[in-house]
Amino acid sequence: MATFKDFRNDVKPNWCPGCGDFSVQAAIQRAAANVGLEPENLAVISGIGCSGRISGYINSYGFHGIHGRSLPIAQGVKMANRDLTVIASGGDGDGFAIGMGHTVHAIRRNINITYIVMDNQIYGLTKGQTSPRSAAGFKTKSTPAGSIEQAISPMELALTTGATFVAQSFSTDLKDLTALIEAGIKHEGFSLINVFSPCVTYNKVNTYDWFKENLTKLSDVEGYDPSNRELAMQTLMKHKGLVTGLIYQNTEQKSYQELVHGYSEAPLTQADLSLDQAYFDKLVAEFV
Amino acid sequence: MINQLSWKVGGQQGEGIESTGEIFAIALNRLGYYLYGYRHFSSRIKGGHTNNKIRVSTTQVRSISDDLDILVAFDQETIDLNYKELHSKGLILADSKFNPVKPEDAQAPLYAVPFTEIATELGTSLMKNMVAIGATAAVLDLDINVFEEVVREIFGKKGDQVVAKNMDAIKTGFDNMKANLEAGIEPMHLEKADGKKRMFMIGNDAIALGAIAGGCRFMAAYPITPASEIMEYLIKKLPDLGGTVIQTEDEIAAATMAIGANYAGIRALTASAGPGLSLKMEAIGLSGMTETPLVIVDTQRGGPSTGLPTKQEQSDLMAMIYGTHGEIPKIVMAPSTVEEAFYDTADAFNLAEEYQCPVIVLSDLQLSLGKQTVEPLDFSKVEIRRGKLETGELPDLGAKGYFKRYEVTEDGVSPRVIPGMKNGIHHVTGVEHAETGKPSETTANRQAQMDKRMRKLKNIRFNTPVYKNVKHENPDVLFVGFNSTRGAIEEAMGRLEQDGLKVNHAHIRLIHPFPTEEVLPLVQAAKKVVVVENNATGQLANILKMNVGHADKIVNHTKYDGNPFLPHEVYTKCKELF
Repeated sequence: MATFKDFRNDVKPNWCPGCGDFSVQAAIQRAAANVGLEPENLAVISGIGCSGRISGYINSYGFHGIHGRSLPIAQGVKMANRDLTVIASGGDGDGFAIGMGHTVHAIRRNINITYIVMDNQIYGLTKGQTSPRSAAGFKTKSTPAGSIEQAISPMELALTTGATFVAQSFSTDLKDLTALIEAGIKHEGFSLINVFSPCVTYNKVNTYDWFKENLTKLSDVEGYDPSNRELAMQTLMKHKGLVTGLIYQNTEQKSYQELVHGYSEAPLTQADLSLDQAYFDKLVAEFV
Repeated sequence: MINQLSWKVGGQQGEGIESTGEIFAIALNRLGYYLYGYRHFSSRIKGGHTNNKIRVSTTQVRSISDDLDILVAFDQETIDLNYKELHSKGLILADSKFNPVKPEDAQAPLYAVPFTEIATELGTSLMKNMVAIGATAAVLDLDINVFEEVVREIFGKKGDQVVAKNMDAIKTGFDNMKANLEAGIEPMHLEKADGKKRMFMIGNDAIALGAIAGGCRFMAAYPITPASEIMEYLIKKLPDLGGTVIQTEDEIAAATMAIGANYAGIRALTASAGPGLSLKMEAIGLSGMTETPLVIVDTQRGGPSTGLPTKQEQSDLMAMIYGTHGEIPKIVMAPSTVEEAFYDTADAFNLAEEYQCPVIVLSDLQLSLGKQTVEPLDFSKVEIRRGKLETGELPDLGAKGYFKRYEVTEDGVSPRVIPGMKNGIHHVTGVEHAETGKPSETTANRQAQMDKRMRKLKNIRFNTPVYKNVKHENPDVLFVGFNSTRGAIEEAMGRLEQDGLKVNHAHIRLIHPFPTEEVLPLVQAAKKVVVVENNATGQLANILKMNVGHADKIVNHTKYDGNPFLPHEVYTKCKELF
């Protein structure tokens, strides 16, 4: 059986020292081993940005696509081979700006993949511009007078879009994050895990210390019940979205794969590509 | 006796014009006639003039006819907009309900027939279309029983009574018109057809059928005119084969989802029209850079921007060849008949895997939506070839070893593995990368990988890159076209030959890489080269000049008013040259 070390390759990440993404990478590697995956049965599909490089840093099949499109690529991979474990990943710009359209539709489509967002509230690779997760008033190179737009609340958004698995974590909480990724992988449907992953170079506001001060663990909230969507929404609103842990899970909603009419139970990759002459004749006869 | 007939039914969109044409055409197709239909419609559901022009012939036809024998009108607008197409012996059959007025300069007689009145008397005005079919049958002296089978198929679900009523409407329309005929109109006797049962389908049907035959089991697409029929057909059929269609949130998702599915090892399709293709361009570049097979159908329509969504045009050519930033190997094919659309789409999946690059199957609105009689498709001609896809066990890579998915090879094509294969792990990225897929920006690697990718299409093998009708060693004219202009060119050729001109025809089926070796000698041998295309700038002519030269003999014949070429337009242009 593979251990987390088997999910390491020899590529040195080009992230800045101290970047939150290192822990996310480690958590994915641990979670993959913990759920019993072999490296060849994991596909990590990533977007563009600092965090998008993650697919190249894990010893598994990896696809580093185009900006904002990790989700449709990942869904295509999963539809082709339902036996693969598919993780899509990227940053907050990737998932909540250029790729937002895909995010909400992937959530409501509920294909059985896991989406991990490394949320640092800034554009890092382009050297410090505002992100849809930047708070109003946040000063960046593209918002020198402070952002005048409101930040997106991805967890609330996910809940209203029909998400079946919504979780949030903080990159330093390696153990909790690993457990959430494991739960996400095991969830029969689309799982969204937003991870606060501080940018130590360009974001001097949302720092490790800032998160430590402002985050509330849901495990510390008395009576919290992740199967209660209404409570989840209330709790998120009360804490301005700054909570960590499993926010909501719906285990009753069937995944897309289970609902698709006629969809092969074996991976489509194993299907015979040639067609039966009799079936072809039947198709043709319908046009006569 | 006539051996072909052109019939047009027109009215307001949403009042059953399309189904009137459909019932008429299917019935005649089953008698063994060759049909060619073209719908004039607008980008709206109710209202606005629409018509369905159907050509009936005892031999195969691939073009709309120049003129019209019978115009069936449900409103005055239909008469006013279309009467000029009628030849002098033509006929207007108009619903008496709107008190039709014959335009002053109309040569064809107008017969007001109580379509709506008869239908209403029989139960519902909805059946006015059936009355019109009956009236047409009387003019053509057709046995109305030929319509019964079709009527039964369409209305059978609603019960025998509905079928009977509709047949009654046809019969009453027939009898009413027959009485008129006896009053002095000459019936048009259509020569008997061969009685063979042939398919009657649109190009989009053939594309979808070709995809299934070619092993496609998944499609990701976004609805758009004139491509939607492809996804609508596949969602009905793919579940039989374990596959499915996902209607995505947008065109970008459609293209990238198809890329994901192809990367994972299945044959996946996406299809759209110009606006969608514009949105897919970045994804096409990703497919090219990551060497992920991808088949994309572009059913061209009037551009630019939203343009003429329901009209014919061929103006995406340059965009399809050169679209996406940077440079990638790409294949662009352009079937010119419904039959070719079937074979080419099936083969597109082979080429995409053999050359590990995007393959664009170019169609146009006339080919995609024009419903026509199709000769039997030979399924045994469809092959499945998967190129350098590894299928057996792979050698151990050792600790931390990565598979050389982008190995620099002589033909440029590298061995391909898919996720799930042991010892196949590699990285895929749109960033310039080394042989294992890991990012690399060194100059030597860049040069090697770029050369490798571009080398792949140097010796592309494609069944028939050019459809050729070459009878003359030194013709006066060589016609060149692509996609649906073939029919108009072929008919014009026949007339020009009768006039004593020597005419050859080359229809380009492989647009890119351009089949220079095949086309150059044809251009060299001709006195003039007339390039017929539905766009304003002469895109194919420019491609021709770039690849084979001889700019001095290349004559542009362009049309971009939204309508397909008619044979006489091609003929006249050519006559002007000599």
